[in-house]
Amino acid sequence: MNLLYFAWVRQKIGKSEEQLTPPAKDVASLIAHLKNLGPNYTEAFADLSRIRIAVNQCHAGLDASLGPDDEVAFFPPVTGG
Amino acid sequence: MQTRIRIQREDFDLNAEVSALAGNGEAGAVASFTGYVRKEGDLSTLTLEHYPHMTEAEIMRLATEAGTRWPLTGVTVIHRIGSLKPGDRIVLVAVASQHRQAAFQACEFLMDYLKTHAPFWKQETRGDKQHWVEHRHGDDDAVKRWEK
Repeated sequence: MNLLYFAWVRQKIGKSEEQLTPPAKDVASLIAHLKNLGPNYTEAFADLSRIRIAVNQCHAGLDASLGPDDEVAFFPPVTGG
Repeated sequence: MQTRIRIQREDFDLNAEVSALAGNGEAGAVASFTGYVRKEGDLSTLTLEHYPHMTEAEIMRLATEAGTRWPLTGVTVIHRIGSLKPGDRIVLVAVASQHRQAAFQACEFLMDYLKTHAPFWKQETRGDKQHWVEHRHGDDDAVKRWEK
């Protein structure tokens, strides 16, 4: 699975991209897995109301199901325009 | 409907973009919105980051949706990234249609959805401090009026 992080999520985690093969079938279980990887992840995902998710470049929710080849991105609510 | 989407560091030329949209004479109306970096206190730089590929895909989805709601002949969306200064142009949405009402409404629709759906993030620099701009909940309310 290809994971991408943007804006302050990227800064808190300390990287913009990584490849993982997590034992996760959906976004919620992926986040639970990531939170165990270290304090940087725990802090980034401390308040899920401040996190937005995209799966394969489409906005998605915590219940979105995941496969091994998916691209999953985590980022704050968007502020363009 | 002709859709042009560009994410770029460079500035854009409003006249050239509007002329290109109106060009073939099909459109009787072009409505456009230009967003600028607002001068605010000691704001020195606004730095924009985005999610390459998803940004273009998301804006294309929004333009396609606008095309199903209004009879449009063309849509142009240009969004700048990188370091911008107060007074710089940041975004252009321009919409061409045969009649003004569709052009005005589709332009507003696209701006409202761009602000809440397109994956851009702004970071402000004030003095030697940087902070990420918070999402405005008023932008979510603006989108609700378009929900069917």
